[in-house]
Amino acid sequence: MAHSHDHDLAPGEIAPANTGHIWKTFWVLVGITAVEFVFVFFMAAGSMRNAIFIVLTIFKAFFIVGEFMHLKHEVKGLIWSILIPMGLVVWLVVALVTEGSFLSSGVGTMLNR
Amino acid sequence: MHAPTLNPTPDSLTTQTLEAPRTGTWDGGNEPLKASYGKLMMWFFLLSDAFSFSAFLTAYGLIRHAHPAYQGTSAAFKFSQAYWPIPDRVFNAFPFAGEADLPLAFVALMTMILIFSSVTMVLAVEAGHRRDREDVQKWLMWTILFGSAFVGSQAWEWTHFIHGAHHGSALVEGTTFFGANLAQNQYGPVLFADLFFFITGFHGTHVTSGIIMLIIVFLNTVNGTYERRGHYEMVEKIGLYWHFVDLVWVFVFTFFYLV
Repeated sequence: MAHSHDHDLAPGEIAPANTGHIWKTFWVLVGITAVEFVFVFFMAAGSMRNAIFIVLTIFKAFFIVGEFMHLKHEVKGLIWSILIPMGLVVWLVVALVTEGSFLSSGVGTMLNR
Repeated sequence: MHAPTLNPTPDSLTTQTLEAPRTGTWDGGNEPLKASYGKLMMWFFLLSDAFSFSAFLTAYGLIRHAHPAYQGTSAAFKFSQAYWPIPDRVFNAFPFAGEADLPLAFVALMTMILIFSSVTMVLAVEAGHRRDREDVQKWLMWTILFGSAFVGSQAWEWTHFIHGAHHGSALVEGTTFFGANLAQNQYGPVLFADLFFFITGFHGTHVTSGIIMLIIVFLNTVNGTYERRGHYEMVEKIGLYWHFVDLVWVFVFTFFYLV
Protein backbone atom coordinates (compact mmCIF):
# COMPACT_ATOMS: atom_id res chain seq x y z
CA MET A 1 0.00 0.00 0.00
CA ALA A 2 2.74 2.40 1.02
CA HIS A 3 4.87 2.29 -2.09
CA SER A 4 2.36 1.10 -4.66
CA HIS A 5 2.00 4.47 -6.37
CA ASP A 6 5.56 5.70 -6.00
CA HIS A 7 6.57 4.70 -9.52
CA ASP A 8 4.35 7.24 -11.30
CA LEU A 9 5.90 10.11 -9.37
CA ALA A 10 8.77 12.35 -10.35
CA PRO A 11 11.56 12.55 -7.74
CA GLY A 12 10.56 14.90 -4.94
CA GLU A 13 6.91 14.88 -5.92
CA ILE A 14 4.36 13.94 -3.26
CA ALA A 15 1.42 11.64 -4.03
CA PRO A 16 -2.06 13.07 -3.41
CA ALA A 17 -3.78 12.04 -0.17
CA ASN A 18 -6.01 9.00 -0.28
CA THR A 19 -8.20 9.26 2.83
CA GLY A 20 -11.65 8.04 1.78
CA HIS A 21 -11.52 4.78 3.72
CA ILE A 22 -10.29 6.60 6.85
CA TRP A 23 -13.30 8.92 6.95
CA LYS A 24 -15.63 6.02 6.20
CA THR A 25 -14.28 4.18 9.26
CA PHE A 26 -14.66 7.36 11.30
CA TRP A 27 -18.37 7.67 10.40
CA VAL A 28 -18.93 4.01 11.20
CA LEU A 29 -17.43 4.56 14.68
CA VAL A 30 -19.51 7.70 15.25
CA GLY A 31 -22.64 5.87 14.05
CA ILE A 32 -22.13 2.92 16.39
CA THR A 33 -21.51 5.28 19.33
CA ALA A 34 -24.72 7.16 18.48
CA VAL A 35 -26.66 3.86 18.41
CA GLU A 36 -25.23 3.04 21.85
CA PHE A 37 -26.62 6.30 23.20
CA VAL A 38 -30.03 5.55 21.71
CA PHE A 39 -30.05 2.27 23.66
CA VAL A 40 -28.92 3.96 26.90
CA PHE A 41 -31.88 6.32 26.90
CA PHE A 42 -34.62 4.33 25.19
CA MET A 43 -34.21 0.79 26.51
CA ALA A 44 -34.59 -0.48 30.07
CA ALA A 45 -31.38 -1.71 31.70
CA GLY A 46 -30.92 -5.46 31.74
CA SER A 47 -28.95 -8.38 30.35
CA MET A 48 -30.37 -7.85 26.87
CA ARG A 49 -29.22 -4.22 26.73
CA ASN A 50 -25.81 -5.17 28.12
CA ALA A 51 -25.46 -7.86 25.45
CA ILE A 52 -26.25 -5.28 22.75
CA PHE A 53 -23.60 -2.93 24.19
CA ILE A 54 -20.98 -5.67 24.20
CA VAL A 55 -21.73 -6.66 20.60
CA LEU A 56 -21.56 -3.00 19.46
CA THR A 57 -18.29 -2.54 21.37
CA ILE A 58 -16.78 -5.54 19.61
CA PHE A 59 -17.86 -4.04 16.27
CA LYS A 60 -16.09 -0.79 17.16
CA ALA A 61 -13.00 -2.71 18.27
CA PHE A 62 -13.03 -4.56 14.94
CA PHE A 63 -12.97 -1.31 12.98
CA ILE A 64 -10.30 0.35 15.15
CA VAL A 65 -7.97 -2.67 15.18
CA GLY A 66 -8.72 -3.81 11.62
CA GLU A 67 -8.64 -0.48 9.78
CA PHE A 68 -6.87 2.10 11.97
CA MET A 69 -4.27 -0.33 13.32
CA HIS A 70 -4.18 -2.04 9.93
CA LEU A 71 -4.33 -5.54 11.44
CA LYS A 72 -6.86 -6.68 8.82
CA HIS A 73 -4.20 -6.21 6.14
CA GLU A 74 -1.38 -7.99 7.99
CA VAL A 75 -0.40 -11.65 7.46
CA LYS A 76 -2.53 -14.36 9.11
CA GLY A 77 0.22 -15.31 11.57
CA LEU A 78 0.26 -11.83 13.08
CA ILE A 79 -3.54 -11.61 13.20
CA TRP A 80 -3.84 -14.89 15.11
CA SER A 81 -0.95 -14.18 17.46
CA ILE A 82 -2.91 -11.11 18.63
CA LEU A 83 -6.41 -12.61 18.62
CA ILE A 84 -5.81 -16.00 20.28
CA PRO A 85 -4.36 -14.57 23.53
CA MET A 86 -7.27 -12.10 23.71
CA GLY A 87 -9.65 -15.06 23.40
CA LEU A 88 -8.35 -16.26 26.75
CA VAL A 89 -9.40 -12.96 28.30
CA VAL A 90 -13.00 -13.69 27.28
CA TRP A 91 -12.81 -16.83 29.39
CA LEU A 92 -11.35 -14.87 32.32
CA VAL A 93 -14.24 -12.38 32.17
CA VAL A 94 -16.90 -15.11 32.11
CA ALA A 95 -15.25 -16.99 34.98
CA LEU A 96 -14.80 -13.97 37.26
CA VAL A 97 -18.22 -12.42 36.61
CA THR A 98 -19.77 -15.78 37.53
CA GLU A 99 -17.59 -15.83 40.63
CA GLY A 100 -18.75 -12.31 41.52
CA SER A 101 -22.41 -13.29 41.28
CA PHE A 102 -21.66 -16.21 43.59
CA LEU A 103 -20.03 -13.88 46.13
CA SER A 104 -23.17 -11.71 46.23
CA SER A 105 -25.53 -14.66 46.51
CA GLY A 106 -24.95 -14.96 50.23
CA VAL A 107 -22.17 -17.43 50.90
CA GLY A 108 -19.32 -15.02 50.41
CA THR A 109 -20.33 -11.61 51.68
CA MET A 110 -16.87 -10.33 52.52
CA LEU A 111 -17.01 -7.64 49.85
CA ASN A 112 -20.35 -6.31 51.09
CA ARG A 113 -19.50 -5.73 54.71
CA MET B 1 19.58 -3.57 0.20
CA HIS B 2 22.69 -5.77 0.21
CA ALA B 3 22.67 -9.56 0.15
CA PRO B 4 21.55 -11.26 3.37
CA THR B 5 24.42 -12.35 5.60
CA LEU B 6 24.30 -15.18 8.08
CA ASN B 7 26.06 -13.30 10.84
CA PRO B 8 26.73 -9.66 11.60
CA THR B 9 30.10 -9.55 9.86
CA PRO B 10 32.58 -6.80 10.74
CA ASP B 11 32.06 -5.53 7.22
CA SER B 12 28.31 -5.18 7.63
CA LEU B 13 28.79 -3.55 11.03
CA THR B 14 31.07 -0.81 9.77
CA THR B 15 28.64 0.13 7.02
CA GLN B 16 25.74 0.33 9.44
CA THR B 17 24.40 3.62 10.66
CA LEU B 18 21.53 4.24 13.00
CA GLU B 19 19.56 5.59 10.05
CA ALA B 20 19.61 2.34 8.07
CA PRO B 21 18.40 -0.87 9.71
CA ARG B 22 20.45 -4.04 9.23
CA THR B 23 19.05 -6.39 6.65
CA GLY B 24 20.99 -9.66 7.16
CA THR B 25 19.01 -12.81 7.91
CA TRP B 26 20.23 -12.96 11.51
CA ASP B 27 20.40 -9.17 11.86
CA GLY B 28 16.63 -8.82 11.87
CA GLY B 29 16.27 -8.68 8.09
CA ASN B 30 14.10 -11.79 8.03
CA GLU B 31 10.44 -10.90 8.59
CA PRO B 32 8.26 -13.99 8.96
CA LEU B 33 5.23 -11.86 9.89
CA LYS B 34 5.96 -9.27 7.15
CA ALA B 35 6.13 -6.54 9.77
CA SER B 36 9.28 -4.73 10.82
CA TYR B 37 10.90 -5.51 14.17
CA GLY B 38 9.75 -2.25 15.70
CA LYS B 39 6.13 -2.64 14.67
CA LEU B 40 6.06 -6.25 15.81
CA MET B 41 7.42 -5.34 19.23
CA MET B 42 4.82 -2.57 19.49
CA TRP B 43 2.10 -5.13 18.74
CA PHE B 44 3.36 -7.48 21.46
CA PHE B 45 3.72 -4.64 23.94
CA LEU B 46 0.13 -3.62 23.21
CA LEU B 47 -0.99 -7.22 23.70
CA SER B 48 0.59 -7.24 27.16
CA ASP B 49 -0.93 -3.84 27.88
CA ALA B 50 -4.31 -5.20 26.81
CA PHE B 51 -3.89 -7.83 29.53
CA SER B 52 -3.38 -5.11 32.16
CA PHE B 53 -6.54 -3.31 31.10
CA SER B 54 -8.44 -6.59 30.86
CA ALA B 55 -7.42 -7.32 34.44
CA PHE B 56 -8.83 -3.97 35.55
CA LEU B 57 -12.11 -4.38 33.69
CA THR B 58 -12.50 -8.01 34.77
CA ALA B 59 -11.97 -6.94 38.38
CA TYR B 60 -14.69 -4.33 37.82
CA GLY B 61 -17.04 -7.05 36.54
CA LEU B 62 -16.34 -9.30 39.52
CA ILE B 63 -16.71 -6.57 42.14
CA ARG B 64 -19.84 -5.17 40.53
CA HIS B 65 -21.51 -8.58 40.49
CA ALA B 66 -20.45 -9.15 44.09
CA HIS B 67 -22.55 -6.10 45.09
CA PRO B 68 -26.34 -5.95 44.98
CA ALA B 69 -27.72 -4.31 41.83
CA TYR B 70 -30.11 -1.35 42.01
CA GLN B 71 -33.65 -2.60 41.40
CA GLY B 72 -35.83 0.52 40.94
CA THR B 73 -36.34 2.90 38.05
CA SER B 74 -33.67 5.32 36.86
CA ALA B 75 -35.83 8.33 37.81
CA ALA B 76 -36.22 7.19 41.42
CA PHE B 77 -32.52 6.45 41.87
CA LYS B 78 -30.79 7.78 44.98
CA PHE B 79 -27.13 7.41 45.92
CA SER B 80 -26.65 4.69 48.50
CA GLN B 81 -23.85 2.47 49.79
CA ALA B 82 -26.31 -0.44 49.70
CA TYR B 83 -26.18 -1.08 45.93
CA TRP B 84 -24.05 -0.41 42.86
CA PRO B 85 -24.91 3.00 41.31
CA ILE B 86 -26.31 3.52 37.80
CA PRO B 87 -23.56 5.28 35.80
CA ASP B 88 -25.86 7.78 34.04
CA ARG B 89 -27.01 9.05 37.47
CA VAL B 90 -23.37 9.50 38.61
CA PHE B 91 -21.88 11.01 35.45
CA ASN B 92 -24.49 13.61 34.55
CA ALA B 93 -22.58 16.87 35.00
CA PHE B 94 -21.16 19.12 32.32
CA PRO B 95 -18.65 21.98 32.66
CA PHE B 96 -20.37 25.37 33.20
CA ALA B 97 -23.79 23.66 33.32
CA GLY B 98 -24.17 23.85 37.10
CA GLU B 99 -26.61 21.34 38.51
CA ALA B 100 -28.20 20.55 35.13
CA ASP B 101 -28.92 16.85 34.67
CA LEU B 102 -27.13 15.83 31.46
CA PRO B 103 -26.53 12.09 31.75
CA LEU B 104 -23.37 10.90 29.97
CA ALA B 105 -23.21 14.08 27.85
CA PHE B 106 -19.66 14.92 28.91
CA VAL B 107 -18.38 11.38 28.45
CA ALA B 108 -19.95 11.40 24.98
CA LEU B 109 -17.95 14.52 24.18
CA MET B 110 -14.76 12.91 25.54
CA THR B 111 -15.40 9.81 23.42
CA MET B 112 -15.84 11.95 20.30
CA ILE B 113 -12.62 13.85 21.03
CA LEU B 114 -10.66 10.61 21.36
CA ILE B 115 -12.18 9.00 18.24
CA PHE B 116 -11.38 12.17 16.34
CA SER B 117 -7.79 12.13 17.59
CA SER B 118 -7.56 8.57 16.29
CA VAL B 119 -8.66 9.77 12.86
CA THR B 120 -6.08 12.59 12.77
CA MET B 121 -3.46 10.01 13.86
CA VAL B 122 -4.32 7.66 11.01
CA LEU B 123 -4.21 10.64 8.63
CA ALA B 124 -0.66 11.36 9.87
CA VAL B 125 0.29 7.72 9.20
CA GLU B 126 -1.20 7.97 5.70
CA ALA B 127 0.77 11.18 5.05
CA GLY B 128 3.89 9.38 6.27
CA HIS B 129 3.36 6.64 3.67
CA ARG B 130 3.42 9.37 1.01
CA ARG B 131 6.45 11.00 2.73
CA ASP B 132 4.50 14.25 2.87
CA ARG B 133 6.27 16.01 5.72
CA GLU B 134 3.92 19.01 5.87
CA ASP B 135 0.86 16.78 6.21
CA VAL B 136 2.50 14.58 8.83
CA GLN B 137 3.28 17.70 10.88
CA LYS B 138 -0.24 19.05 10.50
CA TRP B 139 -2.03 15.84 11.52
CA LEU B 140 0.38 15.09 14.38
CA MET B 141 -0.30 18.57 15.72
CA TRP B 142 -4.06 17.97 15.62
CA THR B 143 -3.61 14.63 17.36
CA ILE B 144 -1.58 16.27 20.13
CA LEU B 145 -4.27 18.94 20.53
CA PHE B 146 -7.18 16.47 20.68
CA GLY B 147 -5.23 14.20 23.03
CA SER B 148 -4.55 17.14 25.35
CA ALA B 149 -8.23 18.14 25.18
CA PHE B 150 -9.14 14.61 26.28
CA VAL B 151 -6.74 14.67 29.25
CA GLY B 152 -8.08 18.10 30.21
CA SER B 153 -11.65 16.79 30.10
CA GLN B 154 -10.64 13.87 32.27
CA ALA B 155 -9.08 16.26 34.77
CA TRP B 156 -12.40 18.11 34.97
CA GLU B 157 -14.31 14.86 35.37
CA TRP B 158 -12.01 13.74 38.19
CA THR B 159 -12.29 17.11 39.95
CA HIS B 160 -16.06 16.94 39.77
CA PHE B 161 -16.13 13.34 40.95
CA ILE B 162 -13.81 14.08 43.87
CA HIS B 163 -15.62 17.23 45.06
CA GLY B 164 -19.19 16.19 44.33
CA ALA B 165 -21.72 18.86 43.36
CA HIS B 166 -25.05 17.45 44.38
CA HIS B 167 -26.48 16.70 47.77
CA GLY B 168 -23.90 14.40 49.29
CA SER B 169 -24.75 11.27 51.19
CA ALA B 170 -25.48 10.89 54.87
CA LEU B 171 -22.91 8.91 56.81
CA VAL B 172 -23.67 6.66 59.75
CA GLU B 173 -22.30 9.14 62.28
CA GLY B 174 -24.73 11.85 61.07
CA THR B 175 -22.49 13.92 58.82
CA THR B 176 -22.85 14.33 55.06
CA PHE B 177 -20.06 13.39 52.69
CA PHE B 178 -19.63 15.03 49.29
CA GLY B 179 -17.77 13.49 46.37
CA ALA B 180 -15.42 10.59 46.64
CA ASN B 181 -11.90 9.54 47.52
CA LEU B 182 -10.29 6.14 47.98
CA ALA B 183 -11.96 5.59 51.37
CA GLN B 184 -15.30 7.46 51.16
CA ASN B 185 -17.80 7.64 48.33
CA GLN B 186 -21.04 9.60 48.06
CA TYR B 187 -22.14 7.77 44.92
CA GLY B 188 -22.19 4.20 46.16
CA PRO B 189 -19.89 1.47 47.48
CA VAL B 190 -16.32 2.64 48.16
CA LEU B 191 -14.95 0.19 45.59
CA PHE B 192 -16.93 1.96 42.86
CA ALA B 193 -14.85 5.12 43.37
CA ASP B 194 -11.62 3.09 43.72
CA LEU B 195 -12.27 1.38 40.39
CA PHE B 196 -13.13 4.71 38.78
CA PHE B 197 -9.82 6.23 39.90
CA PHE B 198 -7.72 3.22 38.94
CA ILE B 199 -9.29 2.42 35.55
CA THR B 200 -9.71 5.94 34.19
CA GLY B 201 -6.44 6.94 35.86
CA PHE B 202 -4.49 4.12 34.22
CA HIS B 203 -6.06 5.05 30.89
CA GLY B 204 -5.35 8.76 31.40
CA THR B 205 -1.71 7.92 32.17
CA HIS B 206 -1.52 6.10 28.85
CA VAL B 207 -2.98 9.08 27.00
CA THR B 208 -0.52 11.40 28.75
CA SER B 209 2.51 9.30 27.84
CA GLY B 210 1.11 9.02 24.31
CA ILE B 211 1.02 12.82 24.05
CA ILE B 212 4.65 13.02 25.23
CA MET B 213 5.71 10.48 22.58
CA LEU B 214 3.67 12.32 19.93
CA ILE B 215 5.46 15.55 20.80
CA ILE B 216 8.84 13.81 20.39
CA VAL B 217 7.79 12.35 17.03
CA PHE B 218 6.43 15.76 15.98
CA LEU B 219 9.77 17.44 16.80
CA ASN B 220 11.63 14.73 14.86
CA THR B 221 9.34 15.29 11.88
CA VAL B 222 9.90 19.05 12.01
CA ASN B 223 13.67 18.50 12.24
CA GLY B 224 13.55 16.25 9.18
CA THR B 225 14.84 13.15 11.00
CA TYR B 226 12.37 10.84 9.22
CA GLU B 227 12.85 12.62 5.88
CA ARG B 228 16.58 11.80 6.08
CA ARG B 229 15.86 8.26 7.27
CA GLY B 230 13.74 7.73 4.17
CA HIS B 231 10.59 6.51 5.93
CA TYR B 232 8.07 7.55 8.58
CA GLU B 233 7.76 4.21 10.34
CA MET B 234 8.08 5.85 13.76
CA VAL B 235 4.79 7.64 13.05
CA GLU B 236 3.20 4.25 12.35
CA LYS B 237 4.50 2.84 15.64
CA ILE B 238 3.22 5.71 17.76
CA GLY B 239 0.02 5.45 15.70
CA LEU B 240 -0.45 1.84 16.80
CA TYR B 241 -0.07 2.92 20.42
CA TRP B 242 -2.48 5.81 20.02
CA HIS B 243 -5.20 3.67 18.40
CA PHE B 244 -4.77 1.16 21.20
CA VAL B 245 -5.43 3.89 23.76
CA ASP B 246 -8.59 4.81 21.80
CA LEU B 247 -9.56 1.14 21.72
CA VAL B 248 -9.19 0.83 25.50
CA TRP B 249 -11.41 3.88 25.93
CA VAL B 250 -14.10 2.19 23.81
CA PHE B 251 -14.10 -0.68 26.31
CA VAL B 252 -13.89 1.55 29.39
CA PHE B 253 -16.78 3.58 27.97
CA THR B 254 -18.94 0.48 27.56
CA PHE B 255 -18.14 -1.28 30.80
CA PHE B 256 -17.87 1.73 33.07
CA TYR B 257 -20.40 4.18 31.66
CA LEU B 258 -22.96 2.22 29.62
CA VAL B 259 -23.48 -1.21 31.17
